[in-house]
Amino acid sequence: MPSAPDVDTLAAKVPDGSLLSWPVDYAGSPVALAHALVRKGARNLRLQTIPASGYAADLLIGAGCVAEIETSGVSLNEFGPANRFAKAVKSGTIRIKDATCPAVHAELQAAQKGVPFVPMRGIIGSDILKNRDDWKQVDNPFGDNDPIVLVPAVRADFACFHAALADANGNVWVGRRGELKTQAHAAAASLVTVEALYDGDLLEHDTYAAGTIPALYLEAVALAPQGAWPCGFWYEDQPVDEAQMQLYAKASRTDEGFQSYLNEYVYGRRRAAAE
Amino acid sequence: MSEDLGYHPRELLITSIARLAKGARHAAAGAQSPVPGSGLFLAQHWAEKSGGPRMQVTVLGSKKYYPFTDGGRELFDMAGQGRLDVFFLSGGQIDGHGNSNLVGIGDYPQVDVRFPGSFGSAYLFYVVPRVILFREEHTRRVFVDKVDFVSTPGTSPQNVYRPGGPVALITPLCLFSFDRNRGRFTLESIHAGHTLEEVLDNTGFDFDRPGTVPTTEPPSTEDLSVMRTMIAPKIADAYPKFAREMWGYEPKAAAS
Repeated sequence: MPSAPDVDTLAAKVPDGSLLSWPVDYAGSPVALAHALVRKGARNLRLQTIPASGYAADLLIGAGCVAEIETSGVSLNEFGPANRFAKAVKSGTIRIKDATCPAVHAELQAAQKGVPFVPMRGIIGSDILKNRDDWKQVDNPFGDNDPIVLVPAVRADFACFHAALADANGNVWVGRRGELKTQAHAAAASLVTVEALYDGDLLEHDTYAAGTIPALYLEAVALAPQGAWPCGFWYEDQPVDEAQMQLYAKASRTDEGFQSYLNEYVYGRRRAAAE
Repeated sequence: MSEDLGYHPRELLITSIARLAKGARHAAAGAQSPVPGSGLFLAQHWAEKSGGPRMQVTVLGSKKYYPFTDGGRELFDMAGQGRLDVFFLSGGQIDGHGNSNLVGIGDYPQVDVRFPGSFGSAYLFYVVPRVILFREEHTRRVFVDKVDFVSTPGTSPQNVYRPGGPVALITPLCLFSFDRNRGRFTLESIHAGHTLEEVLDNTGFDFDRPGTVPTTEPPSTEDLSVMRTMIAPKIADAYPKFAREMWGYEPKAAAS
């Protein structure tokens, strides 16, 4: 059985100021948890997007939950720019740590190994590096006049993601979404929502086992059907709710529009797709 | 579809991209890239038709044409090993030295106009041998003398490990090649229906050009038919809206 009865119980486990790693919109963004964090009035969260984000980061930023974001990009993609993110960056209400996708993955890979850093190609000469005093350019000790960048291990307080299935032992199945495994391995603990329950032990089944994260990495799991809505979710081919994303893209252009969106869909828990 | 040309302007862009991707073992198109993705499928078709080595096409956002099973890192790690020959990059601003800005306009970090972010550019632009710059807006707002923020530089000093970089820039008006040693673009051809004057008026950076600039080779009748019948269903896996609007393609429910 899931160890948390609902997403609000999951959100209650997140102290203000926590560092959360959060997957990109299409990989299993735990949107129901984001809504619960807004409802609980979370503050000063630090987000590390794996490696980019859209709806969830924009919403958390707009609701005043976020103090800092490390990201390779925040966008609503075909639905338009991430307005709350852009506004917060421009006004300086959040600290931005611009990154590039493979460097974010590398920060997780270092944390996953329990080593302080990993070296990375690329990046040298980019203004990203100039603005990241936590990334270092060094001379390759095995080479000859070969500059290379080191990125530090980033161990989030909580990896947050939406997965497909959980079994009674608390194992969760993420299928081919390997970045969710890396996210869980790298973080101190994981808070997970799942689409459905699996009747049996995921680790006993070879087809499932390869795509399963064992319970030892997980802090708590809550059942949240359509927990990525309005983002799409790969399990059972749930498409992006285009009408809802358009509605959000439009509402989030103004402070008033964004507030009424929160009132209706986050505090009011209205689910346009389900009703 | 344009009555005068006999093809959609995007079909010319797709064909031009396919020519640049020829001979690749593995080519990939990133997020929000239906035109590049279609170009890669056309190049793949040519490779199959000529009986040459198989060309792997990877389309981010597709289920069927995205072969990775080990997470988001796999594409980048594999590219770092040299297993990816062709990739695409865009930019909110692109300058004449091949620098791309995906971060914003104004003083960083509190920029006046914020773009989404640099995504994989500050890595793939270094390690992928053939990076094609592609932007569907050709204006002085985009093509500037100097970018406000270098998400990724067009060239690097000699001692920086850099097997990759830009080779070309394709826009709705024309095709430029990029010389990595000189860090400059050269105008290679102008698309039918457009003029040199138009290119000069709308480009904010200095570039080289031959005395007479050729017209971009149009897509052949056969290539147009291939795009409309064979490429449409493939690109629809990641971009159903694009396939519908470009080619009126509707996936058959029974086929999935």
